[in-house]
Amino acid sequence: MMLPLLILVLLLGGLLVWAAGRISASATRWTALTVLLLDAALVGWIFCAINDSPADGRWLMTYEVDWITALNVQLYLAVDGFSLALILLTIFLGIVAVLASWKGITERVGFFYFNLLWVLAGTLGVFMALDLLAFFFFWELMVVPMVFLIAIWGHENRRYAAIKFFIFTQASSLLMLVSIVGLYALHGTFRYDDLLGTEMPEGTAFWLMLGFFVAFTVKLPAFPFHTWLADAHTEAPTAGSVILAGLMLKTGAYGLVRIVVPLFPDAARDFAPIALAMGVIGILYGALLALAQTDLKRLIAYTSVSHMGFVLVGVFSWNSWAVQGVLMQMICHGISTGALFIIAGALQDRMHTRDIRRMGGLWGVTPKLAAFGLVFALASLGLPGMGNFIGEFLILLGSFQISPTIAIIAALSLPASAIYSLRIVQRTFHGQQAERWSVTDFDRREIGVMAVLVIAILWLGLMPQPVLDLVSPSLTETLERTQQNGGAQ
Amino acid sequence: MTAADLQALLPLLILAATSLFILLGAAFLPGHRTAYLITIVGMLVALASIRAAVAQAPHLVGEMLVIDAFALFYIGLLLLAASVVTTFAYDYLKKIHLKAEEFYALLTLATLGGCVLAASNHFATMFLGIELLSVPLYVLIAYVFRKNDSLEAALKYLILAATASAFLLFGMALIYAELGTMHFDGLRDNLQAGIGERRGLLLAGIALMITGFGFKLAVAPFHMWTPDIYQGAPAPVTAFIATISKGAMVALLLRFFGAIPSDQSGAVFTAISCIAVASMTIGNLLALRQTNVKRIMAYSSIAHLGYVLVAFLSGGPQAIESATFYIVSYSIATLSVFGLLAALSNADGEPETLAPFKGLFWRNRSAAVFLSLAIFSLIGIPLTSGFWAKLFIFIAGIQSGLWVLVILLALNSAIGLYYYLRILFVLYSPTDELSELSSTTSPLNRSSFVILAALTLLSLTIGIHPAPLLELVKMLVTTL
Repeated sequence: MMLPLLILVLLLGGLLVWAAGRISASATRWTALTVLLLDAALVGWIFCAINDSPADGRWLMTYEVDWITALNVQLYLAVDGFSLALILLTIFLGIVAVLASWKGITERVGFFYFNLLWVLAGTLGVFMALDLLAFFFFWELMVVPMVFLIAIWGHENRRYAAIKFFIFTQASSLLMLVSIVGLYALHGTFRYDDLLGTEMPEGTAFWLMLGFFVAFTVKLPAFPFHTWLADAHTEAPTAGSVILAGLMLKTGAYGLVRIVVPLFPDAARDFAPIALAMGVIGILYGALLALAQTDLKRLIAYTSVSHMGFVLVGVFSWNSWAVQGVLMQMICHGISTGALFIIAGALQDRMHTRDIRRMGGLWGVTPKLAAFGLVFALASLGLPGMGNFIGEFLILLGSFQISPTIAIIAALSLPASAIYSLRIVQRTFHGQQAERWSVTDFDRREIGVMAVLVIAILWLGLMPQPVLDLVSPSLTETLERTQQNGGAQ
Repeated sequence: MTAADLQALLPLLILAATSLFILLGAAFLPGHRTAYLITIVGMLVALASIRAAVAQAPHLVGEMLVIDAFALFYIGLLLLAASVVTTFAYDYLKKIHLKAEEFYALLTLATLGGCVLAASNHFATMFLGIELLSVPLYVLIAYVFRKNDSLEAALKYLILAATASAFLLFGMALIYAELGTMHFDGLRDNLQAGIGERRGLLLAGIALMITGFGFKLAVAPFHMWTPDIYQGAPAPVTAFIATISKGAMVALLLRFFGAIPSDQSGAVFTAISCIAVASMTIGNLLALRQTNVKRIMAYSSIAHLGYVLVAFLSGGPQAIESATFYIVSYSIATLSVFGLLAALSNADGEPETLAPFKGLFWRNRSAAVFLSLAIFSLIGIPLTSGFWAKLFIFIAGIQSGLWVLVILLALNSAIGLYYYLRILFVLYSPTDELSELSSTTSPLNRSSFVILAALTLLSLTIGIHPAPLLELVKMLVTTL
């Protein structure tokens, strides 16, 4: 019962927040924050409940209710360690996003937080739903409020970005729907547990897998489906960018790990060379594009393409190192890129530009902001001691065992990422001031948010074991299951 | 005629009587409000009488009409839609101070035509239904002749509908010449018995009939009239054409082609597939360039009927289920859109271009929410009925192995997003000239608000809990 409650709190909370928007802006913000804290408390409760009663079987907690009996559709929610870690991330970044937009959003506040909470509700649904139809339901639910966030509160070119984002995701998710229904036509069920390990004709399996693969790699995004990302990230308001980069991209990665490989182990193995190549191209191409950007948010967006390339490589390397690395990369990228977008958003709010050529020398003006900028730029380049290092290191280690060539080419991006990360710091914070900026530094609220993010990223970097312990049972189980059925080599 | 016949036909009889009462009322108790009340009461009584008719179903009335669960379901749907349209029309006509008793009589007659179509089981009743549906529309389209557009639209509809009827008649004649019966069940029996050696003649007959049907459904390549007539007709009449006229045709087609078995390799199947693909593609592509909301909706309706044809082609019970579910969902959304256009219109005209909708969300929140949810339903976003409607077509199509059609449907829906999003973004676009714009649309009055809220709630209810409607629709199939 707690699992649907997690989603329901956000959905009802969203309506409440919208209503609160009529009273006052600050009431709205506090309501939104309260709703999220309530959800966080629920997650804590779930953790306690799990520890009290050791789970039998593969899911730590499940919830099931018939939805459409005629079609054998259930609202089937379940969590294991892997989804729990992502649920934690979702709520954590949700709180961060609310706090980050505390002052930036002054108009139509109620509707803004309504959309924000509904995106989060959809995302939680995606991480929990194990009936493929319910999964698709939440997958779609998550997109629309995001489109609104971009289209209403975005920057100059918002409408173009929102339409592009919507059409990319919608076209690909409809292909996924074809695959979901295809599976249903073959096996007569949408239930994930029942679909695991089913036999299917080789050709069919390949095409069905491709439908899922396209939907997930568009969201991830992997080369060549990444073109929506730069526009969407750049035009979105700060909170929107945080959620896009921190959560929405992760749903793509989650889908690859949860659905594509386990449901189609053989087809995924045959497809692995192409997917690995896409991943490697994404890693290098994203890094190169990032080097060439002058728009700060666009630059950060392209670094995401590069980092998500690692995820794709990790998933299709499919061994325990690589998969644990994928999870670490997902969480740490969510935190560090989220933080970078908050910094970029803060600069944009203060300077009304994202052009790094017009910045420079900000360390003297806004030392606190610049210091946090440095920390997260270092995290993004994968400095040991930060979580991102663990993620990329594990993925490289895992992929080296599959194909040294892939690992070596992927590792080539490390110097590039050092260059683009340090370029952010150098062009924005160091050097001569291009114009005489007089901007305010981070206030206490912003310092608080950033400090929490710094602690999180350092904790993940220095003590990753608790997180890995949380997820490794479910990942090991998934790995073993697919390897029994032939599995990716 | 036996008592059972009368009981089964009760909804149709009441509807026919209502139109007479309206005319009598116009003679003795003239008044716009009286006419409206007679109409709405008549329709609701007819709706209630479906309960009585159910007791007799399935029941054949003199070989010509069949009152079974399927027919009664569609009659109920048409009556509901018609009462919604009537209410929208009342508000609309009141605003332009038009005395309009005969408007309601015509509307009722056209609805009766739709109901006859849903129950028809014979070429004669089919033709009767189609004409009864079309002839009042000639007048209704031009009823509010504020602009030349409506006259042009009415004339276009008159000429093209008459041509389509001619095609239909000739097609029927050829089929009758070949199979020797005009009864749908007779057609099936004779086809299966192998009567009718001259396949060419039969095919020509079916081709001519498909042309006629295609015109009424407004599917490509018989769609040319749609945008002009949608634009020219008053918004309530457009709502009528978009929902009742098309819904009744879909009911008829499901019954008619249920009678003519066709396999996936047959010529009929190929022809309808081509029409479906052409409709989806042409409708969506042409809608991209439009700036007039009614024209966008016209082109999008062409595409939506293309989706219905995909459902239709999947054959067997799931074709009827998914097509019917889609029509229900599509009608709810379309009624909301055109109802809103009618409700927002003022004495000067309807808000047709996108400009009056600018920032609607910030000045008339409920209207914008109704419109957005209707558009979400047309796109197929979760929590609205449109999501399940599209999904059931996917399931039906894939279960019958229509992979290409389903993938084309998926890609077409993605194209469709663009023009729907354009309307949506206009609704929500922040604007500083709110006070200036607020004069371009009138506020919703109470009855329109209630109806629109009910339609929206219905869409959301089906969106969250589609099982009851799905089971109802599944039940119809067993009786067909």
